[in-house]
Order: sequence, then C-alpha cells, then structure tokens
Amino acid sequence: MNGTAPHFKQPLLKTPFHERARSLSQVDSFIPWAGYTTVDVFTAVEQEYFAIRNATTLYDLTPMVKYRIAGREACAYLNRLVTRNIEKLNPQRVAYCVWCNDGGHLIDDGTVFRVGDQEYRLCTAERQLDWLLDSAIGFEVTIEEVTEQIAALAVQGPTSCSVLEAAGFRGVSNLKPFDIGRFALGQAEVMVSRTGFTGDLGYELWLAPQYAEELWDTLMAAGRTRGIRAIGSQALNIARIEAGFIMPNVDFVSAEHTIRIGTEHSPLELGLAWLVDFKKGHFTGRRALKQESNAGVRRQLVGLDVEGNKPAHNALLYADQDGKREIGSVTSAVWSPTCKRNIALAMVEAPYHNIGSTVWADIYLNRELRWERRMSRARVVERPFYAPERRRITPPAQF
Amino acid sequence: MSSPPAIHDCIVIGAGHNGLTCAALLARAGRSVVVVEAAERLGGAAATREFAPGFRVSAGAHLLHLMSSRLQKDLQLESHGLRFAARRMPSTALAEGAAPMLLGSGLSAADAGKFAQYQARMRRFAQALGPLFSAVPPRLGTHHWRDRLSLLKLALAVRRLGRRDMRELLRIGGMNVHDLLEEHFESDMLKGALAFDAVLGANFGPRSPGTVLTLLYRLAAEAAAEDQGLSQPIGGMGAVSEALAAAARAAGATVRTASPVATILFRDDHAVGVSLESGEEILARSVVSSADPKTTFLKLVGARHLDAGFVRRVDHIRARGLAAKLHLALKSKPAFPGLDAAQMAGRLLHAPSLEYVERAYNHAKYGEFSARPILEITVPTINDPSLAPEGQHVLSAIVQYVPYTLKEGWESGRPRLLDAVLDSLQALSPGLRDSVLFAELLTPPDLEREFRSSGGHWHQGDLAFDQFMMVRPVPGAAQYRTPISGLFLCGAGCHPGGGVMGVAGRNAARELLQGALAA
Repeated sequence: MNGTAPHFKQPLLKTPFHERARSLSQVDSFIPWAGYTTVDVFTAVEQEYFAIRNATTLYDLTPMVKYRIAGREACAYLNRLVTRNIEKLNPQRVAYCVWCNDGGHLIDDGTVFRVGDQEYRLCTAERQLDWLLDSAIGFEVTIEEVTEQIAALAVQGPTSCSVLEAAGFRGVSNLKPFDIGRFALGQAEVMVSRTGFTGDLGYELWLAPQYAEELWDTLMAAGRTRGIRAIGSQALNIARIEAGFIMPNVDFVSAEHTIRIGTEHSPLELGLAWLVDFKKGHFTGRRALKQESNAGVRRQLVGLDVEGNKPAHNALLYADQDGKREIGSVTSAVWSPTCKRNIALAMVEAPYHNIGSTVWADIYLNRELRWERRMSRARVVERPFYAPERRRITPPAQF
Repeated sequence: MSSPPAIHDCIVIGAGHNGLTCAALLARAGRSVVVVEAAERLGGAAATREFAPGFRVSAGAHLLHLMSSRLQKDLQLESHGLRFAARRMPSTALAEGAAPMLLGSGLSAADAGKFAQYQARMRRFAQALGPLFSAVPPRLGTHHWRDRLSLLKLALAVRRLGRRDMRELLRIGGMNVHDLLEEHFESDMLKGALAFDAVLGANFGPRSPGTVLTLLYRLAAEAAAEDQGLSQPIGGMGAVSEALAAAARAAGATVRTASPVATILFRDDHAVGVSLESGEEILARSVVSSADPKTTFLKLVGARHLDAGFVRRVDHIRARGLAAKLHLALKSKPAFPGLDAAQMAGRLLHAPSLEYVERAYNHAKYGEFSARPILEITVPTINDPSLAPEGQHVLSAIVQYVPYTLKEGWESGRPRLLDAVLDSLQALSPGLRDSVLFAELLTPPDLEREFRSSGGHWHQGDLAFDQFMMVRPVPGAAQYRTPISGLFLCGAGCHPGGGVMGVAGRNAARELLQGALAA
C-alpha cells in the first residue's frame, strides 16, 4: 500500500528503517515527526538512555528535513541566510547554525554540511522551503528538498566508533568532531559525519534509502558485543537536555510560526550569541541583532539546577519564594540520570539570567491524582550540564 | 573608524522629474548634489524625443496636470524656460458612430443633475485627501509622535467631511468604479469616460475592487496640485524636465547624463556613494534613488545587503505595466468628425462604455492584448506646431490594456497590436491610416527598456490600496528612508506615486533636510 495509496490516505510516511524498528518495538509506542511515524520508546526509556551514555545506540533520523543547496553563489547565499560565517566552513565539514527573520528572531536551527565545493546540505527539524526560496531571490543558487532521498541514522555512544570500525567503516576513528567522511558499505556509499544530538561521542550516517536495512543489520551485528540498542525520541530528549541543546517548539517557537507578539526569540536570547558573526558582512536580521546586542538582551535561555528530585516541567519561575514577582518559565526539564541533578532549561528575564542567580520554580506534582505544589530553589548554572571529554577526543577509545 | 572624504552631500540616481525635483530642492538648501542619469537625455518618463525625422513627441507621459503651481513657482520653472502651449485642456469622449461628448455636457436631464452632485462630492473627498500627498506616510505600530500625528491627521481629514460625506466615503472607498458609476448615471459614454481615469495606468478593469479608491487618488492628486487642469508644455514633457534640471543646476547641482549606476557603494552598512558602469566611483554622505524600488534594491543595492523578508516584499511589488504608447507621424491634421477646434486640441478619450472597458481588460488578464483597446489621444502639434515639420502632425496615444508578457511574444504581437490600434483610430477618424508616415508603438517591455523601470510600469508599481501610502513601496521603506542608513528613495515607487507630480521628490528632499542632511 505504501507506494500506491494516495498521499491523503497515508498521512504518515514510513522511514526506510521502519520495518526494522517495528520488529524491535516492544511497547508499540510510535509518534509522528515531520510527517513520518517514528519510535518514541522501544522498550523502556531508562534502558535506552543508559545505552546512549554507556554503549551504542541507533536512532532513526530520516525525518530530519534535508535541503540540497548548490550553485555558484551557494556560499554567499548561506552566508546571508545564517548568522555564522559559512565562508570559513571547509569542504567535508559541518557547522551548527541558526537563521533569523528580518527582526533578528530565530526561525530555526540546523546543521550545514559542506558536501562539495559549491554544494551544501542543510538539515533542520522543520520544513521551510518557502523561507529558503525567498532568501534565494537575487542569488545564483538551486534549493531542493531531498528528505525522502536520504536515509539517516544516528549512531551515538561511547562504543559507537568501535561499532562502526567493526562494521567495516575503516578509518572512521580519524574523523574529528564536525568532520565528514565517506565509506563503502557493499554497493552503498555512506556519508558519515561526527555530529549528533546527545553531547556524547557519536556519528550520523547518511545514505540512499534502499541500503538502509542493510546498514541497520550490519551495525546491529557488529554492535552485539558492544551493547548496541535502538532508541526512541524520549531517551534522546534526556540526553539532549543534559547536553544543553535546544528543540524547536519546546525551547523556542519559530518566528515564522508565532502569532502572539513577543513570543519570538533572538539567538542572543537563546544563548547562541557565539553563533552570530557581526563581522562577516550582511545577513538577514543583522541590523536588528546589532541593535539588540548594543542594548543588551531582556531575557535569556539559561540552565537551571533545581533543588529536589522533581523535574520542573513547565514551571513558572519567580524572583522570590513567595511567588510575587514572575520572571520566566521552564521550557525543558528532566532528572539527569548521569549528573544525578535535577536540571532544566528556562527562559529568564534579565538580570536573573546571570550565572549564579537564584530563582524559585513553582513545581506541580501529581501524587496519585492529588496535585501538590512545591516552590523549589533553583540556581542558574553553566550549560551544558554534561559534556564528557570523549565527545571530542580523536581517535576515540576502542572497545 | 575613519570614512573616506565624502565629496558630495548627496548623489541622486536618475534625472526623472522626481530625481530632479529632489536635487533642485537639496541644492537650493545649500547641499552639494550630483545627479547621475543612465540615459543620454534627461527626464525619465517625462521626456521629449524625436521618433521620426522631424517629428518629436512626449515619449512617456504626454500631459501635465499633477505638478503643483507652488512647486513650479518655488523652483522658478517659468524663468528656467517652462512655457505652456495650452492650459485647462478639455476632455472629450469619443465613440464610433456617436457624436463626441465634451465631458459633462450634452447629458440627459437626469444625468446632468447627478453629474454636478457627483463631481462636487468627489471634489470634497479629493480635497480632504489631497493634503496627505505632501506628508511623509506614518509608520504603523510605532509609538513615535510623528507617526501618530500623521495618522491623526488622516483620521481628522476624513472626520471633518461631516457625517454624511464620511459615511459615503467609507461606503464607496472599497467599491469598484463600475458599480459607483452605475448608481449615478445612464449615459454609457459618460460612464466609460469617467471609468477611464480610474483604471488608467493600473492593473484594473472597472469591475475590479478598489477602483473607486484609485479614482479618488487621482482626483486627490489633482486637488493637491490646485486643480490646474490638463496642460501641455511647449516642447513636450521634456520641457518640464529641462526646466527642473535648469533649476537644479542654477542652485548648484551637477546633472550628469549617460552615467548609468552599476552599484551603490557601502561601508559599514552605510551607503557612501555609487559606482558607475564606467568604473568611476562617486562618494557622498547620502544616496537618493529615483529608480524604481525593484531596480534600486534588487539591482543597485543587491539582495545580499538586505534582509530576506524585505527582499521578498520588494520582489512582490506589483509593477507590471499594462499600457502601451503609440506615436504617429501624420501627413496632415487628423479629422475627428464632430469635434470643434478646442476639443481637437484637448484630450480625447476612447472608452465608449463600462462594458467596453471591462472587455478590453479581459484580454490582458490572459496574456493577450485588447483587440479593441481603450485610448487616451492627444494631437500635440495642434497646440505646439514646433513638434513636427510645417503642416504635418503628431498623434500621441496611451493604449490600454497591453500586457507585459504577451502569450504569442512581442515579435509577432507588436505589428498585430499596431494594426488593431490603427483600426480603432481609423474608425474614430476616417482617413487617418492613409495619413500615417511613421508609427512607433512602445509595449511595456519597450517602455521598461526606454525608461529603465521594472515591468515598464508608468507609476513604478500599481497604485492600489495595498501599495498606497505607508505600504508604498513596501513597509520598511515607505518614509523615503530604507533599511540601509544613508540610502533614500525619491521616485514614483514611493508615496504618493506616479504621474508627473514631483511630490515624491519634494517629500524625500524634505525628509533628508530634516534628517540625514540636516544643517
């Protein structure tokens, strides 16, 4: 049915890894993601999470929206689109980037892969061909969505390098963070980038969809003795909060989707000032961001270390324990199993965004259907919460 | 950071009437100004040129009715050589096989009464709206006192019309001109002729929504120019531009023709001058462009210096011309049966009924030209024989509805369109075809080439509700300023738009003198 049914009868597509994922799914927990059905939990969240930090995990990334951007002015185009200096991005390298609207408000974040001299790939969480095409007015560049043409699989965890080497990716251990390498797997060419969303050692693999199952089987076989496990989005979400990464529609809403005034955010507010290069020449939003940068941000996304062990989901934040002065709210919260800390990401008004500030989180607890409220002290702390050295070391340790 | 010495206070791009007006006013206020014009001759779309040996014609606009006498006096255009061959020229409606109708005369009893009433009311509306033309449009959503005052003035102008007129203005404001005229009159010729002014130079038929507004806008522009009526300058419209250039030069400005700008130069996100196609660079404290917004932003500035959302808005400006220009060199004076000498020397409209105008529009919507276009005809040599050899004549006509993109292509389309227009003219003026020595027909792509205006649009963009005032040309550049500091706009693409008014140029000069070039 998959190929023949009209699109409106199959509102969710299946990724090329779907059959493998379905056979491993024990709790039948699937969620829609960017038009695909994907696994939320395979077995148990804790089991999957600890595989990220202790072994190797496979996570199906195929729904990530991918654009091929090529042409004589592809570099100039991307440089005007994103806030980072793309001229500095060498071939076979990857850069994490954000892009803004005219008001300097964040539209989305994503990764730019320089896959050729004049060819780039942009990977994002949300579809935005319209913005990319609008941005292309006046540039000699072609932009094409290639999401369905490329299967993507994240291989993350401390033993991931060894798993890949054992699976035939000889030399993958030489890849430095944000490097791109190309490997043969039977008939297929697999592009491997040392990137990820876990803040741990890990790689992302990109290949033609028809070879997806072969890749999955090869990795599973090679990883058997190294604790390999397929994971769903819930486990990944814990890891990404520990790594301090932001998620669209969780920690920010794309400025092109907001309706209410003041709910959009600038990269400076999201703590991404390090991605904004005012010296590289013009980019969309530069004039507005310059102004904001001169005036100072009014609020900022910060990391919180919350007292107690109850995650501060959606908690309102106050300057005082009495809850008289509201100063922000939590966007992501989790009990960090590795740090053994109660951590959160939160949007906080100035000057409470400074490291070391104390704020109070109004946490609601459901205790067997009885709601309780707890005002917990929280401290503004550095992000990331968890950043093991192994994420950067080249070559990685072998297992 | 030290910037290089700016040689001039201001560079004006384009020597059309708005560019020259702006330059003259800035120079008169003591600023050093250089005007760079791409073409060999001055004037942009207000220019006179020879189109056949010995025959000259106003190449674009052919009548002057929107330039205020105050501006003309201010710049002493008369002492700089502007003379008129005719003033307060009448408009006459023509129809095949019917007696010509001097606009507003010879009406039925019912129409006559209503016409006076209609005109009086439309004039009251026009006079209420006229003052808006000379003001910088307000920005929306700011808390700045100037923007609020400007909005308040607009509201007050409408409120002061009184309850009945205000209600009527609000009622008809969004209507189409077809319905409005059907409410008032019985005469087809009268309705057709009145509708003509609502759709001239616009991408509209009489039944298109918002055409009452475009009509009111034209009337308000005339009110802002003290209702001087139609005039014909001696030597054609080029004489207006020559006089403006003389005024600018007399005030100390330099006007250079044949100097096309390649790019606007930037330093630290500030416009600091222009680079000519010859490679020469001219530096100045500010740059004012009278080129159309698309040319200014997409070609001279370049998308990479602008935000993507802004570029999208500029790219979406509707600026596809829908009018062509016909120039005929004639052996003898054309004869239009039933016209007296005064009418012959005036403006002739061929838009015999609302139905006819709407049908003429239909073709253009689908990439065809009108088989029976509507026409605004003048025979300028009657008032000004200097434009043609002794005893011979020139006919100048605006031909509407002619699409920018013709399905069959202009190669084969142009001669067929010329044939259709000549057929229409022959029907109104028997024997005209035999009198034609030379014919020139400028389609919108031709006008685009000749006047370097994107889309060949007469007004550098449709005059329509969504392209008026604070959204003209686009939000973010509607106050003559642009997102780039030091770069300004002063062309017809800005408020209050096209027509040879010079108001955009004057408003821009004022804005500069109060801001970037303040003493």
